[in-house]
Amino acid sequence: MPQQIWRLLVVFGLLVAALVLARHFLIPKTFGEVGHYRAAAVDSIAARKVKYAGRETCAICHDDIARNHGGHRHAGLSCEVCHGSGAAHADAPSDVHLQTPRQRAQCLLCHAYDPSRPTGFPQIDPVAHNAPKPCVGCHNPHAPEPPRAPEECGACHGQIARTKAVSPHAVLACTQCHQTEKRHMVNPAASRPSKPASREFCGQCHARGAPSSKEIPRVDLETHGQRYVCWQCHYPHSPELK
Amino acid sequence: MRNRVCPSCPCDHGDKSESARLDRRDFLSKSLLAPAALLVVLEGKPADKAAAAEAPPPAAYDPTRHNYAMGIDPGKCIGCGRCVEACKTENDVPREPFYFRTWIERYVIQTDGETVVTSPNGGIGGFAPTTETGILRTFFVPKLCNQCTNPPCVQVCPVGATFTSQDGVVLVDGSYCIGCRYCIQACPYGARFLHPVTHTAEKCTFCYHRLVKGLVPACVEVCPTQARIFGDLKEQASPLSRFTRFNPIQVLKAHLNTEPKVYYANLDGEVR
Repeated sequence: MPQQIWRLLVVFGLLVAALVLARHFLIPKTFGEVGHYRAAAVDSIAARKVKYAGRETCAICHDDIARNHGGHRHAGLSCEVCHGSGAAHADAPSDVHLQTPRQRAQCLLCHAYDPSRPTGFPQIDPVAHNAPKPCVGCHNPHAPEPPRAPEECGACHGQIARTKAVSPHAVLACTQCHQTEKRHMVNPAASRPSKPASREFCGQCHARGAPSSKEIPRVDLETHGQRYVCWQCHYPHSPELK
Repeated sequence: MRNRVCPSCPCDHGDKSESARLDRRDFLSKSLLAPAALLVVLEGKPADKAAAAEAPPPAAYDPTRHNYAMGIDPGKCIGCGRCVEACKTENDVPREPFYFRTWIERYVIQTDGETVVTSPNGGIGGFAPTTETGILRTFFVPKLCNQCTNPPCVQVCPVGATFTSQDGVVLVDGSYCIGCRYCIQACPYGARFLHPVTHTAEKCTFCYHRLVKGLVPACVEVCPTQARIFGDLKEQASPLSRFTRFNPIQVLKAHLNTEPKVYYANLDGEVR
């Protein structure tokens, strides 16, 4: 073989060797084994320490509380929602202790009234509801129940009560329109309050000839929105004033 | 070389001197072999070292048998911010604002049609009652990395430091990331941030270290109202498959074709 070819081959070979060496030092181990990434990275991410142990771990030792927890309104809550991350406590139960929150603020984080919260979620007005007392004095957080049946509808239906309070319907009692059985106060799902079923119900005050105060707006039930019950268009808890 | 025998004496020591000498041709051909030999020596060692440094995953876990996803029901979110708190604790996310792997947004849609979105400290410590007047509707929306099936962040990473794992989770290789911020720019959901200490990109991993141990992500564990549902798309029966079966499902920014794997139920049209 001619000498010049040999020399070129040598130079080419050196370049290939340099490339192989560079690849060896610059490309990490396990890169490309599974995809275009370092396969060992998955293992190092998976090896991170767990801080929240999970409720199953808590139940291994605290089975009495876990059982009690099951059937109540807080059944869906993990222990670590209130007590904080518990893996360290699970590893060394006598050395690491978890928080036992007793301050009002802890409960208000979820239960203070906020219009953005879903309707029906139990909320209280932090100012009006037994202001300085800690919640745990009356409610057992592991099995929360109202200490007695609420007397006012607004205790649970705060959003509606607040809306109605500043509306022209403020003076009407809830029971004027909603027939409510007593047991609804104790077990809300067992019996639902009624809603007005006919147009004539609203007509008792709002029909043309109704025997009510002159300031109350009137409509002709014959011609006004015949197909609908009134509350399908108007919101009775905050009726439009136009 | 054969003609280079010792000219002065009849002995055969010329052969010996020949083998001891190294001429240019020999030198070059041997130097070509040297790197290859070096490679053989080097290959053995670091592999053992790496295996010792990085603990192997639990034996029973097979990533190819999973494809993780999350469902979110904004209608159940009460905005308590416990998921954000738990996420920061579980994943050692810096405590100061603007570093979040997950966060809560409050939407207030006013009667004049304007939408106000707020997220004070990501929702940690809850939201102060809204002061807006003339609210048409208002609700909370939990946000996190959408774990896209077509992740733009993975596409733009110049070094292959972010990737989709075999179980469908988009992960970041912190020790390989060069901190160029391309992925942060590319993410349409604002789900990534640059860690202020390590200067590498970070994001939600679905708490990958928990998944391989059979646990759910920390945010799902602590959500008091089950607004977050976690599951495996490869499992026929899972809380998530039930969730996606019985709820109208929407994903965020579907028009970008990222195919997110965070499914929102009954989502308001104002949510971006």
